[in-house]
Amino acid sequence: MTERGPEPSPELLRTDHLTRHFKIGGALSRRTLHAVDDVNFSIGQREIVALAGESGSGKSTIARLLAQIYEPTSGAITYEGKPLSAIRSRRDRLRYSGQVPMVFQDPFASINPVFRVSHGVLRSLKLHRPELTARQREAEAARVFEVVGLDAEMLQRYPYELSGGQRQRVGFAQALVTRPKLILADEPVSMLDVSIRIGLLNLMAKLRDEEGVSILYITHDIASARYVADRLIVMYAGQIAESGPIEEVLANPRHPYTQLLLSAVPDPRAEPSVAAEIDHGEPPRVIDPSPGCRFRWRCPLTIEKCEQVTPVLSQLIADQPLPGHEVACHVAQTGAEVKAFSS
Amino acid sequence: MTDPPVLEVSRLSVEYILDRGTVRAVDDVSFTVGPGEFLGIVGESGCGKSTLLFAVAQLLAPPARLAGGTVRFNGTNLVGLTDKQLSVVRWRQLSVVMQSAMNALNPVKSIGAQFKDALQAHGTTGKEEIHTRSAEVLRMVGIDPVHLHSYPHQLSGGMRQRSMIAMAMLFTPELVIMDEPTSALDVVAQRSLMVQIKELQDRYGFAVIFVTHDMSLISHFSDRLMVMYAGQVSELGATRSVFDEPRHPYTQGLLEAFPSIRGPRKPLKGIPGSPPNLVLIPSGCRFYPRCPRRWDQCKEQAPGLYERDGSLVRCLLFEDGAKPVPSTADDPAADRSPA
Repeated sequence: MTERGPEPSPELLRTDHLTRHFKIGGALSRRTLHAVDDVNFSIGQREIVALAGESGSGKSTIARLLAQIYEPTSGAITYEGKPLSAIRSRRDRLRYSGQVPMVFQDPFASINPVFRVSHGVLRSLKLHRPELTARQREAEAARVFEVVGLDAEMLQRYPYELSGGQRQRVGFAQALVTRPKLILADEPVSMLDVSIRIGLLNLMAKLRDEEGVSILYITHDIASARYVADRLIVMYAGQIAESGPIEEVLANPRHPYTQLLLSAVPDPRAEPSVAAEIDHGEPPRVIDPSPGCRFRWRCPLTIEKCEQVTPVLSQLIADQPLPGHEVACHVAQTGAEVKAFSS
Repeated sequence: MTDPPVLEVSRLSVEYILDRGTVRAVDDVSFTVGPGEFLGIVGESGCGKSTLLFAVAQLLAPPARLAGGTVRFNGTNLVGLTDKQLSVVRWRQLSVVMQSAMNALNPVKSIGAQFKDALQAHGTTGKEEIHTRSAEVLRMVGIDPVHLHSYPHQLSGGMRQRSMIAMAMLFTPELVIMDEPTSALDVVAQRSLMVQIKELQDRYGFAVIFVTHDMSLISHFSDRLMVMYAGQVSELGATRSVFDEPRHPYTQGLLEAFPSIRGPRKPLKGIPGSPPNLVLIPSGCRFYPRCPRRWDQCKEQAPGLYERDGSLVRCLLFEDGAKPVPSTADDPAADRSPA
């Protein structure tokens, strides 16, 4: 499965119109929750892509779709040029889950407390790399522990003996033993203390730079996304609002929601300004939605078109020299300057 | 400050009695809160900040116990009072907003019924009065009073957290203690809740103690800031002064650990190592193993709280006549066990 499509591209994974709906309610009030709707993005090799948005915006659902925990309602995921839906055999499924492992949010709940931390690492090795002997497995476990900055001696510890930061490193070590190409990291640092977070973010950058691993970094913390990521995807209510190279998006946010998000990020270095606009809106739960922009209830710039037509993610004409910055906003697409919330 | 403080905590210590020994989670902490003041308390998990709040509100339960000190609220020492005596103060004058509204609200009772419970327990019994006041406080936090009939699961996270704050406001207290009320919310909801708390405070003049692990969150809201490390106060001063000129190496490290969304992208180091195990407290400075500015004396001599330009700092660098000699030990970043 290593050969690529006709023309070699650095693309590792792509989603086309990826959609996931959930049925909710009883027999009499059956409704549909649109958790992820028509999402298109790609992740390149050796790239950290940050997926940001409010809780309930569909970030974690995307991670679960990519990890094959959920089946897409419609749309496709293409990995190394082949659709995931073509994976039938257990062997191919194992290979995919080894190459695209997940690191979870809560390092206290995601490691089995009754075993030494080596347990998970060795089991994963046995399952995904059966060709290794027991001794080779031990050596490999020690190697990945060094990579994530833990002493090999730590393998013999129990989870309760480790700090939160060390446990999350174990999480990354477990993901690394299967020689992954893409790690799905769902809020990997949000439960850690500030002083420890940076170490994990530095580890993620190191994995990209030295091991060539791509990472989908799911977070609601834009500042940490900027610290490690190459590209940013901003989600709102199950759809992509804006995406592009992270420095470009943060310097010139075009979607009103991105602007709102950036204006809310606390910055101790900035001048105190309590007077900034307050937004009392809530993210919608997208149940049986009608067409139209999903941000329109909170948006100060709504035009008539926003009520009727769902905006499509596309590049702005004015941005031609800077490819890759895409926005799903009617106002921005008319070429007007969007200034909904100032940061 | 000319007015007498609302709250005066002095030499407060709290211990947890555990099988593996006694853990002193709060060690000799003193501070005051003036009328209408906003005091921020920050620190990492396990530094004792929540335990401190529980001790101030007299909510400690075994295995925790108060090991010493006093908590004076409007001049009355709350330590040692019975529940009955405390109920006069609680909720009417001093209320607490807990960390997770999801767990603190009763899932099988409507918001209105929970408000009613609190009002009745503290002496307001008129039916009409209960309804008027409940609707009033909900409106104060920007929630439509129809939600008095709603159950917690019908509200969004932000609304649940706001109704917790509304509940704390039922009697217009003089002091509201908040334990990470925004940590379950995303940035946009977090910001609007902070602005709302500040507005309410300006309008009703209550004092706030706000505990959080996210220093940047309160940078624009609190009047004074107290930084805790390993159960002790490591720095206490005016918020702007602490942010602009952090004195304690730990505070400096914390501030440098925040990536910013503005300005140049630069590599950060964070603070190497992890907070000490409070069962085995090292002699000397508790921050010594992680400190980039330590010298040999720090290993033996536990620093006191020294005053410098109106701030209190627990670091030997600020002792009168301190002569820092660079440590002969290696840089802590070099021998760190990564955490």
